[in-house]
Amino acid sequence: MIYREAGDFKTTYKADQDTFPIRFDRVAFWLSIFVVALIIPFFVNDYWEKAVFLPFFIYAIAAIGLNILTGYCGQVSLGTGGFMAVGAYSSYKLMTSFPSLDMFVVVILSGFVTAVVGIIFGMPSLRIKGFYLAVATLASQFFLVWLFNKWEWTYNYSATGQITAPERDFLGIVVTGAYSDPWATYIFCFGFLFIFGWMARNLVCGHIGRSWMAIRDMDIAAEIIGVNPLKAKLSAFAVSSFYIGVAGALYFAVWLGAAEPTEAFSIDKSFDVLFMIIIGGLGSMTGSLIGAAFIVLLPVTFKTLLVGFLGWPTDIAEFIQIILIGSLIIFFLIKEPHGIAALWRTLKQKLRLWPFPH
Amino acid sequence: MKKSIITAMTAFLVSSAVPAAAELVFPLLSYRTGAYAPNGIPIADGFSDYLTLINERDGGIGGEKIKMIECETAYNTEKGVECYESTKGQGSLVYWPLSTGITYQLIPKVTADGIPLHTMGYGRTSAANGKVFSHVFNFPGTYWDAASIITKHMMDVEGGSLKGKKIALVHHNSAYGKEPIRTFEALSEKHEFEFITLPVDHPGQEQKSTWLQVRKERPDFVAMWGWGVMNQVAIKEAASIRYPMDRFIGVWWSSNEGDVLPAGDGATGYKAIALHNTGTDFEIYKDLEKHVISKGLAAGAGDHIGEVLYNRGFMQGALVVEAARTAQKIHGVSNITPAMMRDGMEALKIDQARWAEMGLANYAADINVTCENHGGPGLAAIQQWDAGTQKWTMITDFVGADRSIVDPLILEDSAAYAAENNISERCN
Repeated sequence: MIYREAGDFKTTYKADQDTFPIRFDRVAFWLSIFVVALIIPFFVNDYWEKAVFLPFFIYAIAAIGLNILTGYCGQVSLGTGGFMAVGAYSSYKLMTSFPSLDMFVVVILSGFVTAVVGIIFGMPSLRIKGFYLAVATLASQFFLVWLFNKWEWTYNYSATGQITAPERDFLGIVVTGAYSDPWATYIFCFGFLFIFGWMARNLVCGHIGRSWMAIRDMDIAAEIIGVNPLKAKLSAFAVSSFYIGVAGALYFAVWLGAAEPTEAFSIDKSFDVLFMIIIGGLGSMTGSLIGAAFIVLLPVTFKTLLVGFLGWPTDIAEFIQIILIGSLIIFFLIKEPHGIAALWRTLKQKLRLWPFPH
Repeated sequence: MKKSIITAMTAFLVSSAVPAAAELVFPLLSYRTGAYAPNGIPIADGFSDYLTLINERDGGIGGEKIKMIECETAYNTEKGVECYESTKGQGSLVYWPLSTGITYQLIPKVTADGIPLHTMGYGRTSAANGKVFSHVFNFPGTYWDAASIITKHMMDVEGGSLKGKKIALVHHNSAYGKEPIRTFEALSEKHEFEFITLPVDHPGQEQKSTWLQVRKERPDFVAMWGWGVMNQVAIKEAASIRYPMDRFIGVWWSSNEGDVLPAGDGATGYKAIALHNTGTDFEIYKDLEKHVISKGLAAGAGDHIGEVLYNRGFMQGALVVEAARTAQKIHGVSNITPAMMRDGMEALKIDQARWAEMGLANYAADINVTCENHGGPGLAAIQQWDAGTQKWTMITDFVGADRSIVDPLILEDSAAYAAENNISERCN
């Protein structure tokens, strides 16, 4: 009798439109937020921070960003790696040009820079659709990586083109550089994920989100009923790039601490994030999180199991891990083409009716 | 399922957080998969075989057994971070990530964690300035030394002057490949040659346009900073445009047998700078055969023994083992900590007599690390490939770099790093 709508009366429209209509879900959500935000920081160590939580939080922000564009607005993008690079390099330039700037401001400003770049590269979406748009955004991926290789100003004329994050703080707490505490970077990145997850959820439920989905479902029909495609598409590009830029800034400054464009922001990054939202579920917030967890955490889990426990040679374990993840992707896409989030939804539906399925 | 994995992972991490008593832990961040595996495998094999030999033959270093933890990075910086974080709690004494990207990430981290980092002939060149980089070592030589020694050799070939000549650098378009550009530029000013760069993007399988440019520009010499599959493609392309191979000189990372063999006879005459000798013609390889190979303890498939990069890994093993010995001697304890290991690396001295004692007579140049100079001695030789006998031959002695060019560059770059990170100079 736990997962029931019965007895949970809604007396206002606001309550009726709640993200979590069932009390059990609401409690579970806030309980998990409580654990993640207030309990784990006391226990997190370097390994869990750097190998598990930060990558998950950062990729989740990027996945939410891409999901806004691809899942909600229907514009396929292969430029994620390039946009993350814009976020990373603008945060680097901001950190080195204005040393006293708070890290929170740096990350937000990097997001805005990326949003502007995203709008510029989103222009072709007004003319082209589908695979053709994918190719146009692919061009942005290659162009941006090339730019950060070529334009010496972006990496402060360093001999190698490598950028390294200096030590910066958030309200006096060091969050970048080698001397940052695990709990500080953990809270910092989780804060961004929480705030932007919240914002994204509200955006897609609101007026803008509905115009994105209208464009996604049929752009001509949307235009006829009064949705401005220029505004809808470019706003989707702007918001999406903002998120990806924030993720890129955190990725470079907080997580890795150093980066070079060709390796850290290659086309693989774009594919990784795209796979996250396809496996997780297009047009779903939960999907973005599940997808990020799937792509980021499974390799680490498999590695730990195969090498740490079974003592397999590292190369065999690596290959097996790639095969396992590949087959899991295929398995989930066959079982549920709409992503793991859809599987989760079905499960919840069933649970509501259990034990009387009809 | 999920719960059991989490419990399992927690159990693993708890158990791994407690370092096993009285064991010297050497992590090996290797890459046996991915685009750079052809180079990553032999060097990892060489390193782990040397450590196995020390364990099997001598029972470890000063009575302490060696424990090696291998971790796969696939030359990927994200995996590199994971590897570093998962091994550092286990008492790891020294890291050598064999990747410039991972090195740049680890430089601030190892300094904060107090673990030495040995980037043998790669990484950040200015780390040679021990006054600024307390925990980073890059002996026996740096890229800037290599650039200078290669230029010296070109001058010898040209009869003493490079005036008016043209030198092209075919390089991997990454931090690694860009590292020597600054030195070549300084050298081109000093010796009045023209210098052009030809970047090759990762992974380097496509180089038609690069070598078309070589044909067009007709440089007198081509230097190469390549890694992974890029090396063999470049050598094949050079052979196919009939570029004179004895004017094509690679850095020490572009000189493995796997790099030159695919070009067949066309690769004859190709030169590369060398940090050490090649082949198995050394005393220690008899011990290796007896204690490791014949017992079936060789790492990997055991099919790379004696190759250039295998010997590089072997030398890497020898250097860290000698550094651990030095640390044991300085501190008078056998179970050393990473901090002691750092002192050992900083005081490392290996002369020819010691090399011979180790069964590696005539293997490499003298090693001499001091507090100020973490890159010492900066000596290297030039070797040449003969496809007929499938052997590398040393054609010069170990020579030093042009310090008047390299040292000011190192000071400048390390001073910039010190200023960026508020580091005060040591060793005064």
